[in-house]
Amino acid sequence: MSDNVLEKEISVSDVILEVKRIRNDFPILSERFSSETGTVKSLVYFDNAATTQKPRAVLDALQNYYQHQNANVHRAIHKLGERATFAYENSRKKVAQFINSRSTREIVFTRGTTEAINLVAHSWGRKFIKPGDEILLSEMEHHSNLIPWQLLAKDRGALLRFIPFSKSNGTLQMANLNHFITEKTRLISVTHMSNVFGTINPVRGLIQKAHERGIPVLLDAAQAVPHLPTDVQELDCDFLAFSGHKMCGPTGIGVLYAKEKFLEDMDPYQGGGEMISSVWLDKATWNELPHKFEAGTPNIAGAIGLGAAVDYLSDIGMEKITLYEQKLTTYALSRMQEITEMKIFGLAPFRGGVISFYMGKIHPHDMAQYLDSEGIAVRAGHHCAQPVMRKLGILATTRASFYFYNTYEEIDFFIEIVKKAREFFGYGTQ
Amino acid sequence: MELNELYQDIILDHYKHPHNFGEGDSSFTNVELENPVCGDHIKLMVYLNDENIVKEVKFTGSGCAISMASASIMTDELKGKPLSEVQQIIEDVLGSMRGEKAAETLDEHGDLAALKGVMKFPVRVKCATLAWHAVKDAIAKSKRNT
Repeated sequence: MSDNVLEKEISVSDVILEVKRIRNDFPILSERFSSETGTVKSLVYFDNAATTQKPRAVLDALQNYYQHQNANVHRAIHKLGERATFAYENSRKKVAQFINSRSTREIVFTRGTTEAINLVAHSWGRKFIKPGDEILLSEMEHHSNLIPWQLLAKDRGALLRFIPFSKSNGTLQMANLNHFITEKTRLISVTHMSNVFGTINPVRGLIQKAHERGIPVLLDAAQAVPHLPTDVQELDCDFLAFSGHKMCGPTGIGVLYAKEKFLEDMDPYQGGGEMISSVWLDKATWNELPHKFEAGTPNIAGAIGLGAAVDYLSDIGMEKITLYEQKLTTYALSRMQEITEMKIFGLAPFRGGVISFYMGKIHPHDMAQYLDSEGIAVRAGHHCAQPVMRKLGILATTRASFYFYNTYEEIDFFIEIVKKAREFFGYGTQ
Repeated sequence: MELNELYQDIILDHYKHPHNFGEGDSSFTNVELENPVCGDHIKLMVYLNDENIVKEVKFTGSGCAISMASASIMTDELKGKPLSEVQQIIEDVLGSMRGEKAAETLDEHGDLAALKGVMKFPVRVKCATLAWHAVKDAIAKSKRNT
């Protein structure tokens, strides 16, 4: 790639997305780290698959809630109660629009993706999964889309089956799908985008095939919703789970989208206040959707913060975000492949900005430590996907993951430091 | 916090050329430990003779520079020493890593002083102590067996 082409790419992308201006929206991105010897390093935040940074709009929404709206929702008659309830329910509306769901009745606020999946495993799974039934997952799932089903399978005497992934490029081996979907398959639950490989899985075809056989599909969209335009009606998934904090929102808030007929059929997840309609000492009836699944005082501030995040992302435009991140990732991958002994796990043709790698024999923790000393934040470890690591025959990887506020300059700097780390740990100069 | 304090030359030397790396024979007592957070894995082998001398310490495994160097330095330091002294060194290392003993305690133990830098990187302490927990377990197991 010549420098000229590169400059053109950068200018085109900058027009698509005014990254310099966008970066000013995120106070933490101007964070500096000074060492004992007086050197100062700028933050390069490449750990976005773990959590993203928050724009001022989200921070302000949280501050504004506690300063001007704080009250419990759905109960108080007073003015603050009205404000809080309006803001909380308005966020639900924003989320519903953001993923194009038919109604706010389909949007359940949870603590995050993990709780959303556990909710389905508990409330739908325990009611409808019978001994001998099969649940189909993939081999590339995050622990949060594996363990809830292991628990359910153990409880119900059901069986888990797995669509394998290819070790060479980190894509799902869909060719033998018919082999894995059997007469006993009752649910398919897969990740829309892998948090290890960045692979965007061909979920539309999968959902279509599943529906032909009357099997519902859950999408773990923790990595997808923050980076790709998501339309649940077009996808036609039956359940979709995602987290607020991976899309500029606060921690502790997430969403379960589910088609209304499923939520109607399901039993409550937790019991307590808010989720009830009428209560006697020996029995109770359930509140209407989605409140039936929101026992107790919810994370009101978190939901309002997520609403602000959704507004912020919509203002930029999800298509633009996807396009910019695709270009950035393509550039990062091509630069990384310049480096000898660089092994990248996950070279799917359709992928997002998550890059797992191993540099020679340098342990990911050493790599991450070295990068951190230059202000670059990456993740090192098994990324909550131990079975994936085991299949790859490794213990861990270093993972760089991008968001729309990352820049080409940051990637150049990252490449420079990876090369330095390579030398530091005994691989000679390059 | 400077990277060179963590990755001192002694550490990098031991990491690139670990000492006493390899399998022991059937006279050794083995313990395997894992750090699930990073996947570091170590197999630690000790041979404690009838006179309560730690005659041999060997290890295999894979992990980061800190965990492998710490294991390598440890084998050098413990080999040939009487059990009581070995146990004291183990307590000194684990104690100082936990912040219960002064870091300077390690100055008395040769290359172990190089591990002092790890204390400034709290998330790496577990890397440095993996081998030490393993050797502690191996000695306890060896004593039980005799």
